[in-house]
Amino acid sequence: MASPSGGLIASPKLFCTPRPGVDLLIRGAHVLDPRGELDQPHDVLIRDGRIAEIGAVQSIPADDGVDVVDGTAKHVFPGFVDPHVHLRTPGQEYKEDLDTGTAAAAAGGYCAVVAMPNTTPTVDTAAVLGSLIELARRDARVPVGFLASITRGLRGEELTEMAELSDLGAIGFTDDGKPVVSAGMLRKALQYQRLCGGIIALHEEDPTLSQDGVMHEGAVSARLGLAGIPSLSESTMVARDAALARYEDARVHFQHLSCVESVQALAAAKAAGIRVSGEASPHHLTLTDDVVRTLDSRFKMNPPLRSEADRRALIDGLRSGIIDCIATDHAPHAVHEKEVPFEQAPMGVTGLETAFAALYTELVVSGELELATVVERMTAGAALYGLPTPRIMVGEPANLCLIDLEARFEVGEDGYVSRSPNCAFHGRTLFGRVLLTLAAGAVAYRRPMLVTTAAPTHAQSRSAQTAGAEADR
Amino acid sequence: MSTRMPRHLISIDDLDRAGIERVLDRAESFAEVSGREIKKVPALRGRTVVNLFYEASTRTSSSFELAAKRLSADVVSIRSAGSSVDKGESLKDTIRTLSAYDPAAIVIRSPQAGAAQLVAGWTEAAVINAGDGKHEHPTQALLDVFTLRRRFGSLDRLNIWIVGDVTHSRVARSDILAFTRMGADVTVCGPPTLIPRQIEALGCKATPTLDHIAEADVVYVLRMQHERMTQAFVPSLREYAARYQINQQRLRPDQVVMHPGPVNRGVELSAAMIDSPQALIGDQVKAGVAVRMAVLYELLVGSPVLAAVA
Repeated sequence: MASPSGGLIASPKLFCTPRPGVDLLIRGAHVLDPRGELDQPHDVLIRDGRIAEIGAVQSIPADDGVDVVDGTAKHVFPGFVDPHVHLRTPGQEYKEDLDTGTAAAAAGGYCAVVAMPNTTPTVDTAAVLGSLIELARRDARVPVGFLASITRGLRGEELTEMAELSDLGAIGFTDDGKPVVSAGMLRKALQYQRLCGGIIALHEEDPTLSQDGVMHEGAVSARLGLAGIPSLSESTMVARDAALARYEDARVHFQHLSCVESVQALAAAKAAGIRVSGEASPHHLTLTDDVVRTLDSRFKMNPPLRSEADRRALIDGLRSGIIDCIATDHAPHAVHEKEVPFEQAPMGVTGLETAFAALYTELVVSGELELATVVERMTAGAALYGLPTPRIMVGEPANLCLIDLEARFEVGEDGYVSRSPNCAFHGRTLFGRVLLTLAAGAVAYRRPMLVTTAAPTHAQSRSAQTAGAEADR
Repeated sequence: MSTRMPRHLISIDDLDRAGIERVLDRAESFAEVSGREIKKVPALRGRTVVNLFYEASTRTSSSFELAAKRLSADVVSIRSAGSSVDKGESLKDTIRTLSAYDPAAIVIRSPQAGAAQLVAGWTEAAVINAGDGKHEHPTQALLDVFTLRRRFGSLDRLNIWIVGDVTHSRVARSDILAFTRMGADVTVCGPPTLIPRQIEALGCKATPTLDHIAEADVVYVLRMQHERMTQAFVPSLREYAARYQINQQRLRPDQVVMHPGPVNRGVELSAAMIDSPQALIGDQVKAGVAVRMAVLYELLVGSPVLAAVA
């Protein structure tokens, strides 16, 4: 590849704007790579976008042209990878586009995201996927991978040209937003996977059970008079599709699991040796249907927020590894679309900018999960989709984030980087502010007030102000 | 009686027991006004009340209109048919437009749960929920409590059964909350397909049969909507009526019957029962005007000092 950072994008199926590799020294930050031995303060030197040296604090000299960031009392983690985001391009750019969506990802510490194909038009042909890849090369601030749809137009009737889509760059397939209702249809897709490869990711929902439901079926829906979506609308489909995967020896991934019964079905499938994996979202891990009592449409999403018992099962599943990874299901909607009565509002919440802080505050600070577990699960989506896992290791492209765990902030106080403000954590006080994100060796996000001191010689051209103003656009 | 009134009436949860009693006491004095030859007091003279109805309504809209007029307010009534609402205007824009008239109160009925609450965030006016989706209908519950209080003196330990389609009933939800808050024991009864899972969380019991209907002092019958049948919640209205119709064979003459209207004669209630002296349906309608006058008055004028006088 001709682009300067081409070699730094770790997979031919990830696409972003080429940027020059950065020269940066992060001094004294607590480096935590859950897959390695690192779990103490270090100096980390990045040269030309690659991790050049990791050494004891104050052991690495700041050479000419290297910016220095004081990482004292801050943490460096491998950059997060989100296997489930909606970037709304093509067709719904008023909600989000590749630029704003990946900027939001970078602001949340993500160094790569996987975009869903339920756009307008659907990503169901090589033509649509090809133009999207070109757009990503132009606009994406962090590498983006694309899923194509399993069926044309998400109608659940005919398979897409999965082999061609895969050859062009699709890393997998999903009809996310909708279930593949027909078991026969899904079976054909699973058979076809032997030819085209790629993970098949499933939004699990039996529409005959969810019907016109808008929230979890339980005491709160009874109180509010809102139509409920029972948990078994999801879990029965998880069980059905695990059985199909077993029969066809296929590889499937269950998206945004929300309830006890689904975690049990996933555990049973894994115990039976079926090639399945699962994800859970920060909002399902930290909120319950109790917040819907406010009838605030920020709490409307599919699957819905469920009961405390369900939330606990998701946390347990995440801890044990039954649930493999965290996925935000970042789903932006415009203000005017959400500023309507609950039943009329579209399903979906944003999450890229708050995922780490929400999980850190609600699950790590409270002692439910180890910090290393959260970091591991926030990066584990990469390997599931066959993408390289970000590591803090010498020689690796710089895919990392610098986070101040002590920094406290109110969500939304400075607005959002995403084009849409429908964040489920809006107004909450959280800990864990992202200060800097490096993706594919380049600065993808730098918090405006993050001070860097330039080393003696090349000073002015890359001052903190310039970089900050750019990131703050 | 120094209880503070809320700024809006969105849910029965906005009122504690003392607040409900305060509204009912005020309604008693307005009931007296309704018995006069000139049924009007100047309490809201020069103030504007907007009635915004996004759903068909006879009783609620006419009684709110009459209540506001008897308090001498200027009244604007808007129905979705023929208004800019039909031209695709958003609820927020409609409220912004109406708020330009500086109304003292906006009364809203909407097919969507939470609509009144949203409106309260967009206007300076006091907002009164006249029914939002299947969520709540607080003024209906207040007039039901008013009717029962007049009949029994108090709701304490009164045994009230609510029979029918609870799932789709905002009246049932507000009534369960109001009746239990006033000390009554509430049981909901209906086909299992029309009783929400975990309805007991609202503080009532639930049963699928009328077997123990003899326990009830009051049987509150809900409207069975025909469209529920097409959605297969019940196999047929015939089967529904056979199991759940409230008629004189099923009740003793001392058991009181209520219904929020409009009634499907011969479905949830027998024709003879509707017209019998044990039915309080006419009292409920009559109470509607006095109770809605009281709600408007308490939200817009009432103060703890005045309440102490009442």
